[in-house]
Amino acid sequence: MSVISIFFTALFYISLIVFLVGMARKIHQFWITPVPLKIPTAPTPLTQTGVVMRMMREVVLFESLFKSNKWIWLFGWLFHFGLLLVLIRHIRYFWPGDLPGIFLLTQPFKYAAFAMIIGLVGLMLRRIFVERIRYISSPSDYLMLIMLLIIGASGAVMTFTSNHTDIIMVKEFVSGLVSFNWSNLPTEVHFLVHIFLVFVLMAIFPISKLLHVPGIFFSPTLNQVDDARSKRHISPWALKQEQEHATRLEQTLGKDE
Amino acid sequence: MAKEFDIPVLPTYLEIPELKEGIMDGKGPFKSVQEFQNPLGFPGEKVDNWQQVAIDKMGELKSKYRSVQVFLDSCVKCGACTDKCHYFLGSSDPKNMPVARQDLFRSVYRRHFTFSGKYFPKLVGAKELDDDMLDDWYNYFHQCSQCRRCSVFCPYGIDTAEISMAAREVMDAVGIGQKYCNQILGKALTIGNNLGLPEPALRDTLLDLEEEIEEETGGVAVKYPLDQKGAEILLITPSADFFAEPHIDGLIGYGKVFHQDGVSWTLSSYASEGANFGMFIGSYDVMRKAALRIRKAALDLEVSRVMVGECGHAWRVAYSFWNTLSGVGKGATDEFAQKLQDQLDHRYPQPQHIIEYTHDLIQRGQLSFDKSANDDRTVTFHDSCNVARATNMGGIPGGQFILPRDVIKAVCNNYVDMERSTIKEATFCCGGGGGLLTDDLMEIRVKGAMPRMQALKAVAKNNGVNTLAAICAICKSQFSKVLPKFDFDPYMIVSVHQLVSEAIIMDKPQTAVQKDQQPQTDTDDAKLAETAET
Repeated sequence: MSVISIFFTALFYISLIVFLVGMARKIHQFWITPVPLKIPTAPTPLTQTGVVMRMMREVVLFESLFKSNKWIWLFGWLFHFGLLLVLIRHIRYFWPGDLPGIFLLTQPFKYAAFAMIIGLVGLMLRRIFVERIRYISSPSDYLMLIMLLIIGASGAVMTFTSNHTDIIMVKEFVSGLVSFNWSNLPTEVHFLVHIFLVFVLMAIFPISKLLHVPGIFFSPTLNQVDDARSKRHISPWALKQEQEHATRLEQTLGKDE
Repeated sequence: MAKEFDIPVLPTYLEIPELKEGIMDGKGPFKSVQEFQNPLGFPGEKVDNWQQVAIDKMGELKSKYRSVQVFLDSCVKCGACTDKCHYFLGSSDPKNMPVARQDLFRSVYRRHFTFSGKYFPKLVGAKELDDDMLDDWYNYFHQCSQCRRCSVFCPYGIDTAEISMAAREVMDAVGIGQKYCNQILGKALTIGNNLGLPEPALRDTLLDLEEEIEEETGGVAVKYPLDQKGAEILLITPSADFFAEPHIDGLIGYGKVFHQDGVSWTLSSYASEGANFGMFIGSYDVMRKAALRIRKAALDLEVSRVMVGECGHAWRVAYSFWNTLSGVGKGATDEFAQKLQDQLDHRYPQPQHIIEYTHDLIQRGQLSFDKSANDDRTVTFHDSCNVARATNMGGIPGGQFILPRDVIKAVCNNYVDMERSTIKEATFCCGGGGGLLTDDLMEIRVKGAMPRMQALKAVAKNNGVNTLAAICAICKSQFSKVLPKFDFDPYMIVSVHQLVSEAIIMDKPQTAVQKDQQPQTDTDDAKLAETAET
C-alpha cells in the first residue's frame, strides 16, 4: 500500500473513533442531564403521539424554520435533503461486492448534489450579506460552510465533469475500510480533498455546532408532552431535594416560618 | 432619573431594523443589595473570586438543566431568530437578537467547557468572562422578558428564556442580583405578596371593594372572603389585582362570577400572590418556596379547588410547574402533597384558570350577559406570552388562545384580532415581562412595546379597536404606562374579567349571599355539591 493510502486509512479510523466516542459521550451527557421542569413551547402537543408527529415535522420538514424565515428554510432544507440523498447514493461505495438491483434506484440521487450546493451557497450568501447573520457569525461558521461546499463541489466535479476518478478503486478502498481489507485509493487531488474533508468533518462533529443533529431530539421545548397538570414531572435532583426538605416542612407547615 | 430616549415611531408595517451597535449599552437595572440578597441565599455583594464562582455555577446549571446544555451546544447560528425579539425590533441593538443574547452566555460556555473553545477560542467565538462581559450579561439579560417568542421560531426550539434564567442565576450566585425582582421576592416570601401588603390592609381593601360593588350594583352583596376555612375554591391572584388599575376591575369581575355561580371561595392572606418572581431569576428553589406557600394555604384552608387569577407567568408556574414544585395536581409522593391530593376535587383540573372557570360556566349557560353594556368598545385580545407559549387551558389544543377569546366574545359584540403574526403562539410581549416592570428599565420597556403597539395601531385604525384586553397583571401595568407614549388612551387596557364584569347580569337571589367569615352550613355544602355535579 502506498504511504498516502496508509495515511487516509489511518485517518479514517481515527476520525471514526473520534466521531463514535465523541457522539456517544455527548449523547450520554444529553441523556443523563435532567429536565427539571415542563417547558414545551407552543403549539404544544397534548399527547405522546402529538410529540412524535411534531418531531417528525421538525426533522423532516423543518416546520419551525419554515414559519420563521422562508429563505433560510429553502436553502437549509435544500442542503439537508440534498445531502441525505447524496449520502444514500454513497452506500454503494461501502457495499462489498456486487450491488443489488435496488441501487439502480439511487442513481438519479447524484443530481441532489446540486440541491446541496445551491443550499450551501444560499446560506453562505446570507451569512455574508445579511447584516444580522453576519453579526452573529464566527469564523467557524464560515469555515463549516466552506468545508461542506468543497466536499459537495469536489464530489460533483468527479460525477459530472470529465475528471472522473477510478470508481472501482474508490469502491475497493472504501469497502475495504469497512471489511478491514485495505487497499490503495486513487490519488487525484479532488478525490483526496473530498475524502479528507469528509473525515475531518466526521472528527469535528462532536465538538462543533453539528451537535444540532442529536440536539434537536433532546430539545425539551420540542419533545415534551404538555400534560403537566395530570402527570407529575420531576427530576431526580429535585425529588431528592424535596425528600430532604420534607422533615423541615413538617415542622413548619401550618405555622409561619 | 431615567435617561432621555427617543420613543419609536410606529411604522405602517413592521420592518426589521438596521443594526445599531451599542445603542442599548448601559449598566442595566438597579442592583440588589445585601438586605434583599441574603434572605434568598445569595451573597450581598460581588464575591472576590466571582469568575470562579460563576464558572462553577454554569457547570452546575448545565448539569442540572438539559435545556441549558442542549441549547448551548445546538445553535447553528442560522439567523432564524434574529428578527423575532420585540426588544431587538424596538431597539435595533444587535445584542437584543435572541442568538446574540444567548451568545453572551454561550461564548463563555465555549471558552470554559468545550474543546474547540479552550484551544481555538477565536475560531469559534469563545470569550472570557471578564468585567465587561459581566456588565453585558447584567445589562442584556435584563433586556429579555423570557417571553419565548424566539423558541417558537427556532428550528431546534432553543429558548432564550432558559439561557437568560440561567445567566441571572449565575449572577445571583456571584452577588449581582437585580433589585426589583429580589426585593419583591423578599416580600412575597415573608409577607405573602409582592406588594408587601399585610393581612389587615388586605382585609380593609377587600371590605372597601365589597362596599364599592354593593353601591355600584345597587345592593348586590358580592363578597371577597379572606382566609375562609372550608371554602370550595382558593383563588390565587396577582396582588396587583387588589390595588392597581385596571387590574382591580378584573378582581371585581371574578367576584361577580363567583357570586353568580353561588360557589364558596376565598383568598388567602398567607398566599396572597399569584406572581412568582422565582421564575424570573431562574431559581428553582426560590420558585418552589413561593409555590409551597400556596400549598400550605390550600391545606390550611381545606379548599377543594385551587384557582389562578389573570396573571401570565403565574399561570405558567401554576399550570406547568406547580405539580412539579409542590404537587398541586396529580402524582406527587410526599406527605403534604398527598394530603392535598386527597383534599382536592379531581373532577376539576387542578389548578384551574379563572378563564377556564368562567368559560365553563358560560358553556353551561350558568351566566347571563347584557352584551350591549360593552357596545362602546371594539375589543382586541393581547395574548400574554407566558399563557400563550407555555401553558394550556381547557385541555384542548390551543385552548389558551380559544378560551379567552370565547369569553370576550360571550360578553362583547365587537371583537377583532390583531395581525396573525403578532398573536397566539407568535404573540409579541408587552415589553414589561420577565422582571423588567420597573421604572429604571423604562427605555427598553417602551422600545420593546413597539411591535405590539404597531399591531394595535393597525387594528385601531382599520377596525376602530379602542379596547385592549389582557389576562396578565404585568401586561396590564406595562400597557397602562406605555400606551400614552404611543398616543393611545392609557385606559384602553382592560382585564378580560372587567369586560365580564360590565356585561354580567347579577340576577342571583340575595339569599345565597352568606355573611362574611361564617362557617358554612350543611345545606350550603349540599347545594354546592349539587351545583358541582351539574
